[in-house]
Amino acid sequence: MCESCGCNHKHDTLIRRPDTVDPAPHTAHNHVHGDGHGHDHEHEHGHGRKILVEQAILSKNDQLAGQNRRQFQARGVIALNLVSSPGSGKTTLLEQTLKILKTEMPLAVIEGDQQTMHDAERIEAVGVPAIQINTGSGCHLDADMISRAVQQLPVAERSLLFIENVGNLVCPALFDLGEECKVVILSVTEGEDKPQKYPYMFQAAQIAVITKTDLLPYVDFDISRAKSLALHVNPDLRIFELSAKTGLGMAAWLDWLRSLRA
Amino acid sequence: MLYRLRKDFLLPNKSAIVKSMHEMSLAMSIVEIASNAARSQGGKIINHVEVEVGSLAGVMEEALSFCFAAAAQDSIAAGATLKIIPVAAKARCADCGEIQPIDSFFDNCPRCQGHQLEIIQGRELHVLSIIVDE
Ligand SMILES: Nc1nc2c(ncn2[C@@H]2O[C@H](COP(=O)(O)OP(=O)(O)OP(=O)(O)O)[C@@H](O)[C@H]2O)c(=O)[nH]1
Ligand SMILES: [Mg+2]
Ligand SMILES: [Zn+2]
Repeated sequence: MCESCGCNHKHDTLIRRPDTVDPAPHTAHNHVHGDGHGHDHEHEHGHGRKILVEQAILSKNDQLAGQNRRQFQARGVIALNLVSSPGSGKTTLLEQTLKILKTEMPLAVIEGDQQTMHDAERIEAVGVPAIQINTGSGCHLDADMISRAVQQLPVAERSLLFIENVGNLVCPALFDLGEECKVVILSVTEGEDKPQKYPYMFQAAQIAVITKTDLLPYVDFDISRAKSLALHVNPDLRIFELSAKTGLGMAAWLDWLRSLRA
Repeated sequence: MLYRLRKDFLLPNKSAIVKSMHEMSLAMSIVEIASNAARSQGGKIINHVEVEVGSLAGVMEEALSFCFAAAAQDSIAAGATLKIIPVAAKARCADCGEIQPIDSFFDNCPRCQGHQLEIIQGRELHVLSIIVDE
């Protein structure tokens, strides 16, 4: 990381609303370190003075996530962190969900992708405020990005705030954003062994949504096996099955979202 | 035929591929925590960093070591060695109450075959200590 500017290498993270023009790239400083780091580093770890540290590696993220959580709670905002492989149908599920819920409660969406404004634009087209975080080469959202995003996004009191994480079933499992819970989404085209291959994510989530069930006749996806594998890694997981395309199964998911708000 | 990326392949710069794993974020946090600890206690150069990583923390040791070297490059921890102390996972069985070592989230209770295991150890991710030169 960059010690001189303390910027934590987030130069390539961009946060913006769909209706804004591209900001100038963040090039406020370059990374030439003229402070004599060029010495030879052939140290043996045997010498020197030992300092006890005993600090959680994720402590900074966890602190910021705690701040986000307290801020959400103070304003009655409930945040959900949606995680899945790329293309499993997160944005489509959100579009269909928001269309129905937007007359019932205040909503807002934070979209995370490495590149493009596509998903935030799709959400704003539904009439719900959205902000896009482009992580550049980063593979997950972190709590700092969320706290910066909510400064720019109008999140009304008592909103349901959906955070669509970067499509990735590995890294987002480790990073608390301040959410109420993680919702893992698995589409029937991905194979039913995903909970076995990516147990960390299924462990970290409280809710699983099996999507694209309209495609079940065309794929060899054993939905009961998928569910039992998911429950094996996480016996407390609550599972919904639905098709965002046909709407089948959406009612139970929507009722669960309403129950959070009730 | 299985091909492996050479370990030093991406080291010269923190390329996109290296950053695209959570081990890189963790490595950057380790460097930051270690650097702050060193500075606050008058250390000028970090020679060695010891971390503890639970077997169910979702972290690949090899990837973490690899990323640490890259993350430390422009810092006072440049060239420091990283020692990863593994912590074996343990779980308590909801059915029989036994505390037992486990290998994965998929394990059943070794005693009663119960499914409901509460993980009580194995998620650790801590910087334990550093060795510095003044
Ligand atoms: N048949 C069918 N297709 C779906 C369903 N939901 C999403 N899709 C399709 O799946 C593709 C990906 O959907 P998205 O909603 O963009 O997926 P995503 O998870 O947001 O993708 P990323 O943000 O890129 O990770 C699109 O072509 C959708 O039309 C569904 O319920 N049924
Ligand atoms: Mg999307
Ligand atoms: Zn047991």
